[in-house]
Amino acid sequence: MSSRKWFVAALIAPAILVMAFVVFYPFIYNVFLAFGNMNLSRIRDWELVGFRQFVKIFTEPSQPGFYVIFLKTVIWTAANVFFHVVIGVFLALILNQHLQGRSAFRTLLILPWAIPQYIVALTWRGMFNYEYGSINLIITKYLGLPAVEWLKSPTEAFLAIIMTNVWLGFPFMMVIALGALQSIPHELYEAADIDGAKWHQKLRAITLPLIRPVMIPAITLGVIWTFNNLNIVWLVSNGGEPSDNTHILVSFVYKAAFNFYSFSNAAALSLIIFFILLAFSLFFMKKSRATEAAY
Amino acid sequence: MAVQNKRTIFLQRLVSYAVLLVFAVISIFPIWQIVNISLRPGNQLLSTVLEFIPSNATLENYVRLLSERDFFVWMGNSALISIAVTLSGVALASTAGYAFSRYQFIGKKFGLLTLLTTQMFPATMLLLPMYIMLINLELINSYIGIVIVYSATALPFCIWTMKGYYDTIPPTLEEAASIDGCSPFMTFYKVILPLAAPALVITALFSFMTAWSEYLVAAQILQDSELWTLPLGLKSFEASMSTEWGLYGAASLIVMVPVVVLFLLLSRYLISGLTLGSVKG
Repeated sequence: MSSRKWFVAALIAPAILVMAFVVFYPFIYNVFLAFGNMNLSRIRDWELVGFRQFVKIFTEPSQPGFYVIFLKTVIWTAANVFFHVVIGVFLALILNQHLQGRSAFRTLLILPWAIPQYIVALTWRGMFNYEYGSINLIITKYLGLPAVEWLKSPTEAFLAIIMTNVWLGFPFMMVIALGALQSIPHELYEAADIDGAKWHQKLRAITLPLIRPVMIPAITLGVIWTFNNLNIVWLVSNGGEPSDNTHILVSFVYKAAFNFYSFSNAAALSLIIFFILLAFSLFFMKKSRATEAAY
Repeated sequence: MAVQNKRTIFLQRLVSYAVLLVFAVISIFPIWQIVNISLRPGNQLLSTVLEFIPSNATLENYVRLLSERDFFVWMGNSALISIAVTLSGVALASTAGYAFSRYQFIGKKFGLLTLLTTQMFPATMLLLPMYIMLINLELINSYIGIVIVYSATALPFCIWTMKGYYDTIPPTLEEAASIDGCSPFMTFYKVILPLAAPALVITALFSFMTAWSEYLVAAQILQDSELWTLPLGLKSFEASMSTEWGLYGAASLIVMVPVVVLFLLLSRYLISGLTLGSVKG
């Protein structure tokens, strides 16, 4: 019995040691930092100052302010996840028929997910170029519309990062939805056909409720990933251009930490992001479980 | 009735194919862009003509990339870091995942919940403290520092995947092995681990990709250009005053193709790992 205990300890100890060193310790250090006043000039003689950083973030007007960036983060997350799910489920429904060349299409449609994110971001940034970017070339030459200043005006730049991320994220939802669709028993649709159900009735009464249990965790994960997606925002907008108008919370923290070196401020913001996501996940999972029971 | 039915089915197929075709084109478009740019001769990089394959296409950019730039150095650095992360990820996740799947111990539930919670950490929350830590330990501009950070990022997902997969292997196998006189370690090593090969592949792929395709952490930790990884090198083509699009395209394509092929081949497993990890939670 005791040799079994040693075995379990030997299995788990290395991972716990690593996690303690690279997850727990940084997390606790981050909490201390958030209540401190560390920056580049005070990296060795910083001290705890209580809630000063949080008060500063929530009350002091800064450029850009916390609430504006938070609002942008919510819009960014909602828009992305909405389009990911709608496009993903829609394509999954189409792919779930008996079509020829189905697996070839499936492979092509996964491509955006397969490419390293930083290459996606840098390539799209090139495609959004005003004069030579292919998007403006298509807009002006084939659609006959005026060219758009994608990367230089705040709204268009924000739109550009959303478009890039929608492109990148729909395959994940498509694949998850496709897996869920394939596990729905055929008899249900046959029974519905016998009862003379229309396609939208089948969709509402059979398909959507049955893929729901799989989609809910995927959507939760999608929200968390999108909310924290630093890569695309940072690289497409080149660090928040034009003039810090395209930040979401996490990219703003990255800037505060590594461009302004206001470490404690960044640590406090990180902590705020974490608690927002934790609250969201608990609430969303609980709520979806509650409605599930009602079915 | 029958005729009308046939017609609606035909129409439905037509619309289905049209939609799939549109989205397939949208999916391929940026890749075609990369190929196209990488083949352009130097004087046509800033062309405003949309051609499928540029006229007088040339491999000049590839030759320049491989002979004049440090591409092989970056690739070597990236390979070294990625392999280190992969080995440590697989070793730690395969053992810890097994313990989480099969044994009861104090703090097990807390451990699993913590692993899930780390997914909600914004990247900066671990990066900033570790960055300061690495400054204090003088590990900035060292591979040890970055391998530690990458392993930490990949480990929670890997442990969950391994645990989820071990859960699907019936425990009767271990009972049989122990009746045959196998020690717990031999049972794990000789019986269970080989059966978990698909999950090991996912863990390895995920760890490798985490390190191979990461830019933002590397940008802070590896400041010395001799230590640069591929993402830092590729970004440097864009960072200078005028973007060297031709070199960027050629480099992107070379970096991308193996990863994309691997991903497509293994995507089925990757997805089953993801759903196992998330649904069983």
